[in-house]
Amino acid sequence: MGDIYVIGTDMIRFGRYPDRSVEDLGAEAALLALADAGLGICDVQALYCGNLGEAGRSVGQRVMKHIGQTGVPVVNTANACATGATAFREGWISIKAGLYDIVLCLGVEQMGRGLLGSVASYGGVPVEGLTGSTTMPAMFATLGMEHTRKYETTFEQFAKVSVKNHHHSTMNEKAMYRFETPLEDVMQAEMIAYPLTKLMCSVNVDGAAAAVLCSERKARELGLMSRAIRIRASVLKSDPYTSRNLAMMDFNAVTRLAAKDAYEMAGIGPGELDLIELHDCFATAELLHYDNLGLCADGEAGALIDSGETALGGRIPVNASGGLLSKGHPLGATGIANIYEVATHLRGEAGKRQVEDARIGLTHVVGAGSTCAIHILERS
Amino acid sequence: MSDRGEQKIQPLAPFVKIGADGEPYLEGFKCGACRETIAEGFRRACPSCGMVGSLESIRLVERGTLYSYTVVHRSFPGVTTPFIAALVDLEDGGAIRGILTGVDPDFVQFDMPVRIVFDMMEIGGDPSVSHVRHIFVPERDLRAASNGE
Repeated sequence: MGDIYVIGTDMIRFGRYPDRSVEDLGAEAALLALADAGLGICDVQALYCGNLGEAGRSVGQRVMKHIGQTGVPVVNTANACATGATAFREGWISIKAGLYDIVLCLGVEQMGRGLLGSVASYGGVPVEGLTGSTTMPAMFATLGMEHTRKYETTFEQFAKVSVKNHHHSTMNEKAMYRFETPLEDVMQAEMIAYPLTKLMCSVNVDGAAAAVLCSERKARELGLMSRAIRIRASVLKSDPYTSRNLAMMDFNAVTRLAAKDAYEMAGIGPGELDLIELHDCFATAELLHYDNLGLCADGEAGALIDSGETALGGRIPVNASGGLLSKGHPLGATGIANIYEVATHLRGEAGKRQVEDARIGLTHVVGAGSTCAIHILERS
Repeated sequence: MSDRGEQKIQPLAPFVKIGADGEPYLEGFKCGACRETIAEGFRRACPSCGMVGSLESIRLVERGTLYSYTVVHRSFPGVTTPFIAALVDLEDGGAIRGILTGVDPDFVQFDMPVRIVFDMMEIGGDPSVSHVRHIFVPERDLRAASNGE
């Protein structure tokens, strides 16, 4: 059994497309990824389609009606913010199982503006502000404060994540936002939930990203190995029990569990990574995951962002794309957009933001509930 | 309070229960197998060890310490802000979320002792239903207030 490769991948520019349908956004990304592989829909043996907002409304089958109804199986996935990564991993599993040689994995989302989700109720009574807060910013602010409590991480250190990622996205023509946000602007922006200001929260946007996965045998047969990206690890985990995770979602334990397995599967350690796209849904989250992914010793995440080593040009660039904070976070598309970003660097095709001589990269997403997906990719 | 017997009291969290005396209390569950305390409502098996039917209902002491928090400045439309959303470790084990009141956000400290008190509220138009929520109040301020009286 050979390895499995990404032989084509692409994404549409993340943004707001109120006049387009979710299937049209998905179709555009799917066709871009197929064109990148030099293949057509008739070569695809199954579609794995991640979408959250219209889960249960057969988005994958609707996309097929825009790109060619070949009759192949469609599996729709919904797994919170790990929806796209879950679709990608399901495609990987199907080839691993020997069922198919070529599958298409798609993530697509159309979103509204403003705070995600809706007011939580208990016994039919809306309880937001009465018994706590279930807004995503409040949750990730509380997790950031937990990091502050443990390691004295500062508001300024969290804010530096936004400065870095917004800077990165000025070099990414597929990012929603392409402007610099100086530190004082980030810190003085509207406070949403301390220590998160508005510029430290990811952007709700529309978007789609796709990847064509292929068995090694088939990729060699098609002569597609030169730009192929090898999948060294694919891991999905759910949050293990911790004494507080029934009261508050825990993205730390689940990321550590997934990272341990992913490094083991790839046979590498975090020191061998050249770049990382991780789940910076809020600025606080990025620093938590420096620790969780082993980029530094526990508690040194604040010092790591201060050092500049996770910025482009540094030792281990994190979120070269601009991340969810600035590229945007179309929930179902995010996991595959991360794959596209890392693959593009490994192919040496990332233009102005290219991480020099990148050989191995890691993608990480978490989803509320909680879930974590990690993929490790290597240039072939 | 004389008509409380006819009033239906509806809690706003799964761990707030109404005793036979009509007073609210915090319900937890102790696992007979792994001894973990679960404070977020009934379940059929222990989420910590997976043992089926091992959780025994217990009455939790209404005290704990502040583990983490945030000051929420922007919430969903119609929700009054700011407020302090807190995560509290209970003295008996387990953790619950709630609102921390009675302290200026600038003076909140990690690990500060808090007491859980119950707050009756009228929500909606049905006069036969009262709601009860739990809130966290600083232990120290409570003592000061009662001494002052």
